[in-house]
Amino acid sequence: MSTGMGTLVHQGTYAAGLAAQDGEAHAATGFTAYAWLLIALPAFGALFLLVGGRRTNSFGPVLATLLSWGSFVIGAIITISMMGRAAGDRPKSVHLFDWITGGSFDVQAGLLIDQLSICFVLLITFVGSLIHVYSLGYMQDDPDKRRFFAYLNLFVAAMLLLVLADSYLLLYVGWEGVGLASYLLIGFWYHNPVFATAGNKSFFANRVGDFGMTVAIILMFFYFGGVDFRTVQAGVAGLQGAHQGVMTAIALTLLLGATAKSAQLPLQSWLGDAMAGPTPVSALIHAATMVTAGVYLVVRAGPIFEASPTAQLVVVIVGSATLIFGAIIGCAKDDIKKALAASTISQIGYMMLAAGLGPIGYAFAIFHLLTHGFFKAGLFLGAGSVMHGMKDQVDMRRFGGLWVMMKVTWVTFGLAYLSIIGFPLLSGFWSKDKIIEAAFVGEGWRPWVFGLAALIGAGITAFYMSRLFFMTFHGKRRWTDEVHPHESGLTMTVPMVVLAFGSAFLGLILGPTGIITSWLAPFTGGVQELHPVIPESAVIALTLILVAIGIALAWMMYLRDEVPQAAPRGNLLTQAARVDLYQDHVNEALLMRPGIHLTRSLVFADNEGVDGAVGGLAAFVGGTSSRMRKIQNGFVRSYALTFLTGIVAIIGALWVIS
Amino acid sequence: MTTFQVANIDYIAILPLLIVFGTAVIGVLVEAFVGRERRHTIQATLAVAGLLAAFVAVIVATGHMGLTLGHVDTATDRHLFALSIDGPALFMQGALLLLSVLGVLTMAERLGGTGSDTFTPSGASTPGSQIEAVSARAGLITSEVFPLAMISVGGMMLFPTVNDLIGMFVALEVLSLPLYVLTGLARRRRLLSQEASLKYFLLGAFSSAFFLFGTALLYGYAGSVYFRDLSQAVSAGPISMNGLLVPGAFLVFVGLFFKIGAVPFHAWTPDAYQGAPTPVTGFMAACTKAAAFGAILRLAYTGLDTARWEWTNGLIVVAILTMVVGSVLAVTQTDMKRLLAYSAISHAGFILVGVIAFDQKGISSVLFYTVAYGFSTIAAFAIVGLVRQGGSEATHLSQWAGLGRNHPLVAGTFAFLLLAFAGIPLTSGFVAKYVVFSAAIGTGGATGTGLVIIGIVCSAITVFVYLRIIVLMYFSDAPDDTVAFVTPSAVTTFSIAIGTMVTLALGVLPAALLDLADRSSVFIR
Repeated sequence: MSTGMGTLVHQGTYAAGLAAQDGEAHAATGFTAYAWLLIALPAFGALFLLVGGRRTNSFGPVLATLLSWGSFVIGAIITISMMGRAAGDRPKSVHLFDWITGGSFDVQAGLLIDQLSICFVLLITFVGSLIHVYSLGYMQDDPDKRRFFAYLNLFVAAMLLLVLADSYLLLYVGWEGVGLASYLLIGFWYHNPVFATAGNKSFFANRVGDFGMTVAIILMFFYFGGVDFRTVQAGVAGLQGAHQGVMTAIALTLLLGATAKSAQLPLQSWLGDAMAGPTPVSALIHAATMVTAGVYLVVRAGPIFEASPTAQLVVVIVGSATLIFGAIIGCAKDDIKKALAASTISQIGYMMLAAGLGPIGYAFAIFHLLTHGFFKAGLFLGAGSVMHGMKDQVDMRRFGGLWVMMKVTWVTFGLAYLSIIGFPLLSGFWSKDKIIEAAFVGEGWRPWVFGLAALIGAGITAFYMSRLFFMTFHGKRRWTDEVHPHESGLTMTVPMVVLAFGSAFLGLILGPTGIITSWLAPFTGGVQELHPVIPESAVIALTLILVAIGIALAWMMYLRDEVPQAAPRGNLLTQAARVDLYQDHVNEALLMRPGIHLTRSLVFADNEGVDGAVGGLAAFVGGTSSRMRKIQNGFVRSYALTFLTGIVAIIGALWVIS
Repeated sequence: MTTFQVANIDYIAILPLLIVFGTAVIGVLVEAFVGRERRHTIQATLAVAGLLAAFVAVIVATGHMGLTLGHVDTATDRHLFALSIDGPALFMQGALLLLSVLGVLTMAERLGGTGSDTFTPSGASTPGSQIEAVSARAGLITSEVFPLAMISVGGMMLFPTVNDLIGMFVALEVLSLPLYVLTGLARRRRLLSQEASLKYFLLGAFSSAFFLFGTALLYGYAGSVYFRDLSQAVSAGPISMNGLLVPGAFLVFVGLFFKIGAVPFHAWTPDAYQGAPTPVTGFMAACTKAAAFGAILRLAYTGLDTARWEWTNGLIVVAILTMVVGSVLAVTQTDMKRLLAYSAISHAGFILVGVIAFDQKGISSVLFYTVAYGFSTIAAFAIVGLVRQGGSEATHLSQWAGLGRNHPLVAGTFAFLLLAFAGIPLTSGFVAKYVVFSAAIGTGGATGTGLVIIGIVCSAITVFVYLRIIVLMYFSDAPDDTVAFVTPSAVTTFSIAIGTMVTLALGVLPAALLDLADRSSVFIR
């Protein structure tokens, strides 16, 4: 087995890459100039299906799928033409229109097509299109199928806008767009109140993140005089050192946005609930693409984070804490989708950790993001296939022995499962191993803490994923009486097979060959060889040992011993993990209760100060009549008094000041 | 000795004002001489035609910018002109006219009946009295709302155009008095409506008194009421007179703050918004606010610009209070119209942040914000007026539950408008907040940045408010007694559609209007 092959990058590309990074992206010519079509096609699809209404019911879903594939083809052609150019000439910009013009507000809307964004374009359009195909089968009987496909197209368009935008402001537009699409899709079955509440939770968590994004953008505008990537990068270079605090502030506010979107601590709680949406949605948005936007943001804003070691440290801490946190929760969940959601949180924690390590980690973060896009989408589609055959049940305690009935699902799911636990030579092995190695690089206490976290995380991952796999496909059949498991149709299995190929081979193609690292060299500054505090081979050996222990434990507990159909009480940790390690309780205590209290007391103050003492009555005596009586009881007098008091107070203050 | 000098009047420059006031007068005559059954149609048509003609006149007037309606006193070289037809004035006039077209169209909604459904058949009758019942049976209508609205529009157009404090006071009263009447004309819940009207009137009179008091103090300071003289007097004037200047300047602002519903002069807003007939509420929220901000800009940038240091702190305090109180109190509202009233208050706070920028960017961002907000708010209130239960408007929030399921298009449109209020990208609200906040940061220094941070926090609070409604409409079960959405006639549909499309267009491609606002951001005094 060859180790460390991906860590060496040719010096030639390094220099050229740096030139690309420093220089201006040239205006696109040839086919790349049509990059706007990438976004326009699915956007048109969404609009057409929503406006067209029922008339498009018959052909709408297929049209949406074709448009999504169309985007992929365009993306592929652009990639090929990009590969044909020298590294320094690869980034291209496409000017769309003058968005906000005039003096100091000048913001152009444009696209930046470079090595980083094109990686995402390919992932989004390819996995997205596969999931469109899968949905044709999965949503077959849903009366509102057209609306679902319209939202899917909307999501693809918004996500592409997010990764292709050439300024933080336009990125923010896409950021909101994917949030909206996610919200619409989680709440797609809005007749179910639980699902609808889940939609709310995701929306509120994301508003907290948006707040961070807004502040970051305004700070950038203030300190750098612009919000496009080039201006910001130049600004960072100009201000470096002198404004350490500013850099940290911008980086941390960006990170707040990233934690909300990527379900990282402390804003991770919404992702589990978001699983209420249709399964293809969970696969596309809440596993493969949207939730990785935070990682994209941290890598894209790399120069800002690099200017602030404090912020980088925070990113690494967030990443490592989240990866352990998600993994522990994953061990206790009996709902197959929630277990996978916890695993997503944990895997994105790995990416965050890598992104926080700085240039040495960027390529590996993106690499893991790509392979994760494949195997996690494959796992979700597999789960969807299982649910399809099991009458939409999700409780793994009522699965078991399914491998006989669902051979294709079993094999594809199995490959994705082996990939995520880092089984040698499969995709996840190449990408996750690099992150663990990179986490062990450094001086002092950090490599030991973060490296060990990543290492232990890998062991726990092997345990909970094996548990999930064994409980679902092996062991005794614990089915409820009315289910008759069967394999899903071709529209569903073909995408699963394609993704399984990706889960198996993508890592081998991109990793050990050095393709991914040299492709992304402009962002990583050409990675030097890694020098972990313990030898690379030791890292790999330790990882594999822990993985083996994890599998063995899962085998003993869930395959050798019988799985009880009702969840046992479990120890304290299990109980805590089942309720997501009390994250909702914490949210409630820290945020909701003081918030509610604040609102209540404010209302109280309002009634007392403005409406007079009668205000308290309004709480008891509803209705208009009492309101009117109250108004007749000298309302205006107290209004006027407020008025006068305000004037006196402010003029008094002005006088004192001047 | 001063001799009488003939005033120079550029009739083309003031043509928009003449058309609007002329239409109002014709409207009064129509009211007197045209038969009842045709009156509603004729009045509505006349009003819309007048507004559109005036809009054309505004475009023509752009070639005639300058001071008018007065003369240059050759002896003292003082410019004594009553009106200043400049960029901001014409921009505001044009915007007010377009917004008023939508406002008047929603007022003309009849909901299938013969008269305007939102207005009482006889405004002068006591609620619940015999006369009221008789006039309802006789099919009386209150078509005088149209001339009243036109007079108010004329006052609003005058408000940012005037060049002296007395003129500003006259404009203030001309725009306010018809609004007091309109507020009291609701068809249902008339007691609430009349209470609102009276309250609005009393507090309006209260604030006008402060405006006049401030004017007197400033006259005492400068010896003139013309903005140009005022500005020069401050730059030349002695500090010892600050005892007149500081309170004078702030009290004059108080009169204008009252109109935009700034805290602590906001108390009338929720009550008046709730009590007034809903189309009037929309009209007030959009147009009064735009006109008053035009006046605030004129005062801040031409009359009291040199005295800025004396009153900016007051403005900052008011802006902070307005944003915070408006946003926080909106959280607990249970009545849709009151909620939108508090939302209007918080928006006034956000716009005030732009005023503090003190440069052309500040002016153009405020102009943009008022227009963007105006279109969204008229459409929003038009929808509120159409969601009904048992014949009257269903304004309690609980009545909106599940609306998205029964009326997806209506709820979707309303949700979109709420997102615009919240300032989510791809709506005009986002661009508006962006330009206002970046103007404040760009030139407002640390104070501006602080205000913007407070503004963003408050925006986040209001986002919660709006999302709560969206959640309610889409994810809650409908109450047992179903709430009906009354399908409106073409006129209201038109205003809702235009308001929504402008909200979207300004969010996606704001460049054209931003450009226009930029080019219109130079005052002449």
